[in-house]
Amino acid sequence: MANVTIRIDKDLQDLPELNTPTARPGQEKGALTGWIQDLLFTVDHKKLGLMYICSGLFFFVVAGLMATAIRIQLAVPRNDFLDPDTFNRFFTMHGTAMVFYVGMPILLGAGNYLVPLMIGARDMAFPRLNAFGFWLFLFSGILLYSSYLVGPGLYAAGSAPDVGWFAYSPLTAKAFSRGSSTDFWTLSLLMTGIGSVATSLNIIVTIICMRCKGMTLMRMPLFVWILFVTAFLVVIAIPPLTACQVMLTLDRFLGAKFFDTQGGGDAVLWQHFFWIFGHPEVYILILPGFAMASEIIPVFSRKPIFGYPIMVAATVMIAFISLGVWAHHMFCVGMTSLGNTFFVLSTMLVAVPTGIKIFNWLGTMYGGKIRMELPMLFCIAFLFQFLIAGLTGIMLAVAPFDWQLSDSYFVVAHFHYVLIGGLLFTIFGGIYYWFPKATGRMMDKKLGLAHFWIFLVGFHVTFFPQHISGILGMPRRIFTYDAGRGWELWNMISSVGVLLQGIGILFFVVNILWSLWKGRKAGDDPWDAWTLEWATTSPPADYNFEKLPEVRSARPLWDAKHPEDPDWRFE
Amino acid sequence: METTTAQISTEWKLPSPRKVGMITLILTESTLFSIFVVAYVFYIGKSLNGPFPKDVLEIPWLASICLFGSSATIVMAEKALHRKNRAAFHGFWLATIALGAIFIIYTGIEWYHLIFHDNLTVSTNLFGSTFYALVGLHASHVIVGLILLSCVAISSLRGKLHEDHTEHVEMISWYWHFVDAIWIVVLLVVYILSVHAPLPPGVS
Repeated sequence: MANVTIRIDKDLQDLPELNTPTARPGQEKGALTGWIQDLLFTVDHKKLGLMYICSGLFFFVVAGLMATAIRIQLAVPRNDFLDPDTFNRFFTMHGTAMVFYVGMPILLGAGNYLVPLMIGARDMAFPRLNAFGFWLFLFSGILLYSSYLVGPGLYAAGSAPDVGWFAYSPLTAKAFSRGSSTDFWTLSLLMTGIGSVATSLNIIVTIICMRCKGMTLMRMPLFVWILFVTAFLVVIAIPPLTACQVMLTLDRFLGAKFFDTQGGGDAVLWQHFFWIFGHPEVYILILPGFAMASEIIPVFSRKPIFGYPIMVAATVMIAFISLGVWAHHMFCVGMTSLGNTFFVLSTMLVAVPTGIKIFNWLGTMYGGKIRMELPMLFCIAFLFQFLIAGLTGIMLAVAPFDWQLSDSYFVVAHFHYVLIGGLLFTIFGGIYYWFPKATGRMMDKKLGLAHFWIFLVGFHVTFFPQHISGILGMPRRIFTYDAGRGWELWNMISSVGVLLQGIGILFFVVNILWSLWKGRKAGDDPWDAWTLEWATTSPPADYNFEKLPEVRSARPLWDAKHPEDPDWRFE
Repeated sequence: METTTAQISTEWKLPSPRKVGMITLILTESTLFSIFVVAYVFYIGKSLNGPFPKDVLEIPWLASICLFGSSATIVMAEKALHRKNRAAFHGFWLATIALGAIFIIYTGIEWYHLIFHDNLTVSTNLFGSTFYALVGLHASHVIVGLILLSCVAISSLRGKLHEDHTEHVEMISWYWHFVDAIWIVVLLVVYILSVHAPLPPGVS
């Protein structure tokens, strides 16, 4: 206990040390090698955060191009753009990469970058553990993609995994998945899982132990609260995945019987174990999206968040319920009706705290002086799209409805509305919102508007028709289909939409590069915001704050800017 | 209002990162273990062929007593460290290592016997798969614990364990208690529950 208080007391004496060039390895060498050395050896939470986000965006482009190839293949019936094996590999790698190498790193990166700044700390609690987590993630991503390079492999049919991102047994059994492709999948997820747990443990400890003076739990920004809950979900939900991968590896290499039905094992057990991880994972991905929206919406509505304690409670409730809904992915395997009923009801229960959140965001906007800046536009789109995703989610939660549409394109449409319409839009909003803080430059608004509108239209054109082709009976994961089933039009529209999304993303990439080069100088606080990250310089110095701040309310910067009407008077 | 904020700025204490980190680590390890325990329990009595638990397993009384005893000696060692009695600390600490080592050696002998005498391997049947996975996961944690304990012993014997390392030592003892607590579950589930479970139908 003494350590932390001492560190706060000594904060000013630490500074000269941190500023000296010798404190940063490699700075004294040539500019480029010094820069590379700095990236390799850094333990700074801001650099690691940005490295997380940049690698996530890189994998986003790769996995996005795979999705584009999938859509080209499906644009017309009996297409031969991709052969069936390549198609299987593409959707497996697309799904795996988007969840583990795009969603997770961007969210952990955002948490890494923002949490210490928002709670007024110099760094994370365990900086080296932080670097460990990042490098595990990056190497596991490289390991996964290197499966493409091994070609036929050491003994036949190596190459990329082709078992789908949830790798149902017995597809992964040695008899059906020869060679090493599934092992690439298993080992890389094992690695990245350990990395995610390490980083999340770090986030939890940082939030509990590193808050600046006066930053009580109920004064933390909602972003920090939600990241806190998300980190707990990671710590609880990733170990089941790790256990799955260990068992699968034992099955494949040592002939264990865990998922081997011929040896008495149970293939459905894999589904249970995988979804015990897999469903909380959905909330691990979407909750940080909520976190960003909860910061952006108040600032651009010029009102404090509506119902702060309720928002916190709803987040905890979502996390709690999400641990008990996994088998709604498995209504079709033939559970008992008691099991079905339980998972229908628990799944529907999630809608309650989620609905509370949506109403609170609307309550924040209601009567506010809304500024239609880019981050806010993305968040408003998020509200509508996430509502649609939630509604199809409740439909799919009804077991008899799910029996009709399970593994159809309706499900594909549903979760892309969650993960793109919900998560990716808030990530874009977050990038437009915090880019000035990280780089010191504003992003261009015209390019950003082009990105927003083209991507928005492209997203709906791609995924809305998939609801319809799903209801018309089109199963997911088929590499082609015959004409005359009524699916042609919807698939063609869907594939055209991908083109629009691609153009939108192009505007985004151009915008980032252009703004890095010539963007308008941002200043410390371009949005007139209220949380601590805007109290320091843009980009923040290595030590974040010259003097560690002291906080008396949930909106410390408001207090500083309006000494005549501070928030703490009402606490 | 002024007084309350003044109080906060003078007294601002937060828990130690090491303690919170160790509690979180224990939480995440517990969920890892629980999946293996669930797999073991789920597959009790579902092996298609023998050997079955009741044929080959004997309750490892000696090993269990050693492991539980080591939880007591490590507490004594910590108390000695607080009293600055280095000799007693070394004694109890090395006793902890010895008891842990006996446990792991016993496991080694047990496994040797199971593999070469009873022909039970990971690939024999579901019991073999789940048994070696669960007990092996626990044994690997014991080994990690022994490595940590030895590091402390070596640095203390070389005189490099200082006052401000007390919390490090305490954290290692938390981890060791956790490994012990997991053994209670393993003992109950593997050596007691599954030994008394009925055999699958059609197997004599």
